[in-house]
Amino acid sequence: MLSLILILALVVLVVLAINVYNSLVRLRNEVRNGWSQIDVQLKRRHDLVPNLVETVKGYATHERQTLENVTKARNQAVGAQGVEAQGLAEAGLSAALGRLMVVVEQYPELRANQNFLNLQEELTATENRIGFARQFYNDSVMQYNTRTQSFPANVVAGMFNFVQERFFEIEEPAAREAPEVRF
Amino acid sequence: MWQAIRDNSRRSRWVILLMGLLLLIPGALLGRVLFGPGGGAWGVVGAGAIWAALLTITLRGGEQLVLSTVGAREIRKEDAPRLWNVVEEMTIAAGLPKVPRVYLIDSYMQNAFATGRSPETAAIVVTDGLLRRMTRDELQGVVAHEIGHVRNYDIRFMTVAVVMLGSVTLLADTCRRVLWFGGGRRSRAGGPQAQAALMVLLFLAAVLAPLFAQLLYLACSRQREFLADASAARFTRYPEGLASALEKIAERVGVTQEDSQRALAPMYIVSPLAGASGLGLFRTHPRTEERVRILRSMAGAGWVDYERAFRQVQGAASRCLDAGLVGSEGTVALRPPSAEAGTREDALERGREAVGVFERDLGFLPILCECGLRVRVPERFPRDAIHCPRCGRAHRVPQPEPGAGVTSGSDGPVYRRRSEGWDGFRCSCGRVNQLSPGLRVPSIRCKGCGKQIRIEG
Repeated sequence: MLSLILILALVVLVVLAINVYNSLVRLRNEVRNGWSQIDVQLKRRHDLVPNLVETVKGYATHERQTLENVTKARNQAVGAQGVEAQGLAEAGLSAALGRLMVVVEQYPELRANQNFLNLQEELTATENRIGFARQFYNDSVMQYNTRTQSFPANVVAGMFNFVQERFFEIEEPAAREAPEVRF
Repeated sequence: MWQAIRDNSRRSRWVILLMGLLLLIPGALLGRVLFGPGGGAWGVVGAGAIWAALLTITLRGGEQLVLSTVGAREIRKEDAPRLWNVVEEMTIAAGLPKVPRVYLIDSYMQNAFATGRSPETAAIVVTDGLLRRMTRDELQGVVAHEIGHVRNYDIRFMTVAVVMLGSVTLLADTCRRVLWFGGGRRSRAGGPQAQAALMVLLFLAAVLAPLFAQLLYLACSRQREFLADASAARFTRYPEGLASALEKIAERVGVTQEDSQRALAPMYIVSPLAGASGLGLFRTHPRTEERVRILRSMAGAGWVDYERAFRQVQGAASRCLDAGLVGSEGTVALRPPSAEAGTREDALERGREAVGVFERDLGFLPILCECGLRVRVPERFPRDAIHCPRCGRAHRVPQPEPGAGVTSGSDGPVYRRRSEGWDGFRCSCGRVNQLSPGLRVPSIRCKGCGKQIRIEG
């Protein structure tokens, strides 16, 4: 009789563990899916940058330094590995692009160039998409992390090595610094 | 989210099954009436076959059926870049595997819906009128609501249910007609009393079956609207966008009713039927003001924020979202509105309003026709209806009270002219008298009652 109860309890436990395990896998897949979406959009942005630099070069000959910075930041972003490093590199690229856009304001001919306008539009759209991809990824990470930390899922998570995932933050240095005002 | 999808699938299966049963009842009755007492079984077989056929068609390409019914055409990115970008953004925000196809309906009506059997086959349909009048934030809210339906698998159920509802209604209609006109060919079994009883029973069933079908359908679809609203708030992080879009859409709904789309009504973001604000149980959608109030009371953009706002508006005891969903995360921060200026259509609208003020000053009453034309009615138009010169729709012209503007002086009624141009007034007998710009007479005789009315000014 006792052994029967024990076996029953064991069966119940195993079934519960399987359920928890499956839900953890599902959440982790959601996180990975979210990351691959971010990746797609980041690649798109990286591909846009060389075109943009070429177009601007033709008009803004005195802005070599700014353009070089953009190219450098882009190359760093392409080579970055891991969520945190990627976030840092992307922040650098965003800042460099931001400066380029400020510089571009001084070249009305460039701002009338259709090719440049299309690239700018595409860049803005891509940045929007990166924002939404980041939102989805971070939401998934939040849900996954909460689940792996709470009982009883944390037992199963520990057994099968479900590690915490990192949030993707694009810290924009420009946004944190006080704006520079010149009169 | 997963819980919501599972719930939806289970409910979908039940409803489809019940719909099938409801289809069988009128089928059996029809068979009995047409072929005598033994014909009921044939009716059941026939209705079952129809149901199975419809289900197969729906599950293999129901969205195409719906799309061609409403006359939607697929668009590419170049046709409407703003709409396309918004759809893409919301697809990413919802984590869907594939960007839905985007369709446009050429209509001045403002509405949107989603259809399809799965996120992979989904299509988002937007009317031209909506596209032109929404700001980017509002359009984003509407698209996010539809993407919410896609993500929650509402679209599969709705697409199936629309076809099912359509067929139940169709069959019951046929049944009713046969009972009405073909009564003579009934079986001769039983006395006249039994036949009369059968008739009453048949008639009740024929009327009740589609009613039940509709009820069932509506009860499900209202829950879904709330869930899609909550999803939209979460995807956009900006509930105000959807709230103001809903208000804009609802503003014009009564004007643009299209009867042919009755069966499709539950699919749209705001029911296009004018009677949608009627009886509580028969509404396909929750009241729009209610939805707007909930969205506007949200303190954050998460599920828990929507649930709290729902309770705040509907009373503390009411529940809306699934408990598992609400408990899955905390509140989510809102984002500020996007910096985009209003649409061109918004500017036009403001311009038209300004023109309207001038026109009123000049003695015209502007009536906005559904076809978009602004009909300028002279202020004292003698008839109480006017036809739009472009599309021929009739509009009621508001009439002043008889005798308004006419005062009684010492020697009978006096009318003081209000403008040097065309002017006119309604005599107390109801007759409209028009005064031409060059008229310079001390008094006129009303053509209705013959009274002498003094003209001043």
